[in-house]
Amino acid sequence: MERVEVLKTYKIYIGGKFPRTESGRYYTPTNAKGDALGNICLCSRKDVRNSVVAARKAQGGWAGRAAFNRGQVMYRIAEMLEGRKAQFIEELIFQGATKIKAEQEVNTAIDRLIYYAGWCDKYTQVLGSVNPVASSHFNFSVHEPTGVVGIIADESTSLIGLVSMIAPVIAGGNTCVVIASESLPLSAITFAEVLGTSDVPGGVINILTGASEEMAKPLSTHMDVNALAYSGNDEAVLKELQEYAVMNLKRVRSYTKDWMNSDSQDLYMISDYQEVKTTWHPIENIGGANSTY
Amino acid sequence: MNNNKGLEIPDFSQSPIVDKVGVEERVERFQKRSIKNESKMQGLRMALSMIDLTTLEGKDTPGKVRQMCYKAQHLHDIHPNLPTVAAVCVYPSMVKIAKQEVKGSGVKVASVSTAFPSGQAPMKVKITDTKFAVDQGADEIDMVISRGRFLTGDYNFVFDEIASIKDICGNARLKVILETGELVTLDNVRRASDIAMYAGADFIKTSTGKIQPAATMQVTYTMLEAIRDYMNTTGRQVGMKPAGGISNSKLALHNLVMVNETLGSKWLTNEWFRFGASSLANDVLMQIMKAETGVYQSSDYFAID
Repeated sequence: MERVEVLKTYKIYIGGKFPRTESGRYYTPTNAKGDALGNICLCSRKDVRNSVVAARKAQGGWAGRAAFNRGQVMYRIAEMLEGRKAQFIEELIFQGATKIKAEQEVNTAIDRLIYYAGWCDKYTQVLGSVNPVASSHFNFSVHEPTGVVGIIADESTSLIGLVSMIAPVIAGGNTCVVIASESLPLSAITFAEVLGTSDVPGGVINILTGASEEMAKPLSTHMDVNALAYSGNDEAVLKELQEYAVMNLKRVRSYTKDWMNSDSQDLYMISDYQEVKTTWHPIENIGGANSTY
Repeated sequence: MNNNKGLEIPDFSQSPIVDKVGVEERVERFQKRSIKNESKMQGLRMALSMIDLTTLEGKDTPGKVRQMCYKAQHLHDIHPNLPTVAAVCVYPSMVKIAKQEVKGSGVKVASVSTAFPSGQAPMKVKITDTKFAVDQGADEIDMVISRGRFLTGDYNFVFDEIASIKDICGNARLKVILETGELVTLDNVRRASDIAMYAGADFIKTSTGKIQPAATMQVTYTMLEAIRDYMNTTGRQVGMKPAGGISNSKLALHNLVMVNETLGSKWLTNEWFRFGASSLANDVLMQIMKAETGVYQSSDYFAID
């Protein structure tokens, strides 16, 4: 008798676990040929709420880790991704990419993680500063994570857009709630499985699938979300996000980058989700001629 | 004043046996009630008004108690017409301060006593402890039972202890903490509830909050059934206070549903039902604000308690 292939259930990723959406709903996106990609969770505002709770809970611990250790964890994500490359390529092809493009996308995603993993214990040195002041103070500015970041990932790519947005956010000690591409959701969930096996504490990254239009509002109005990241060029959506964000003065950042391009990654993607803390430390005039230091 | 004088005392070793699986299934059904919009808001406000805001730490200071008392009366001033909580619950040494702080607000002051939380002290000490709290002005006394004695089967000792504390409470209402986490079985919970009520308790309360598990719905349900049976036999109404572990609104609403369906609406006031909790208040407030504004809330914008 011929063996019946076991199909994978694509679930969402909240607090390190893989639940189904609390709403019990699903949708069935198709590729260009009309094949169903799968029954994908159509998440609701309550999934957004649960994700934000998980992200908030994880934030202190993640930010409190040694920067070096955050780098190690991110490097581990890249390692895991490398090991499951074939699966990602297969899924990307199924979702409509050519073999060459699919391979390129996965490789770029891995490299991007490595890039930001390297920045983890270096960005504060580069971005921070010792400031000249007129009084007898040692004055320095350091960067600290904003907190919980809501990410609306690129709609036109399945993997690279998502990874390119998540990596700089978590490198800087933030946690995030990500709305994956609605039409190309498979790689987002498989990426969540990578995260589940790569030492990332539960709740640091939460990934939801479904209608971005439906989830954008509860996410962008949520008082416990500190910043929003939007990838796309829909001015109307951006305007709406900015209006919703006003209530608790969330920072809104938007990108229209080609994420496959190597100059779409930079240090300022990290500083976009950082707050600058300046400390005035009373001290003798260290720069002066009579300093005892 | 002991309102049980002249009552026939049953043999507590014959207290009803509790069907654990049955209780679990019944409790599961309370959690499936759909409570929407207006009823939910009503329930949330009711839950707020039933909270005993509690601080029972070795590190409590007068400042901390004052802050909590302020919170008890000003839950979230942005929102007008919110109820106050029912009471603040403190150690005997803090009763006087709490009493001053809540003066005129209708918020009651409850004091734990009888060598809370372990209850491992001689009777003389427990009486002095309780007398002190009452003299300081406590409106309610939360006593603990001697779980060790109970578990060795010395039910008479436990009964007499509760009765003698009740005698010196005067006008203060007596809540008897069973510390169900240490009683192990639901049969024991039922038996301890019966002992407490026949000995004169005005309220029975699940836990001190120091032992896990605390107020599980199974335990609370068992105690509610005991209250119902006691009411049917004696005609006297006894209050219920689950304490510890009820940290979110959903759980609070489930508890209210359970009370309503087990005892009836007569118990749905803060005179007969209380939540012993500290983090519950903010969660309920956040739910209320969510319902009003349509926006999910952050604890950053609510006072710590």
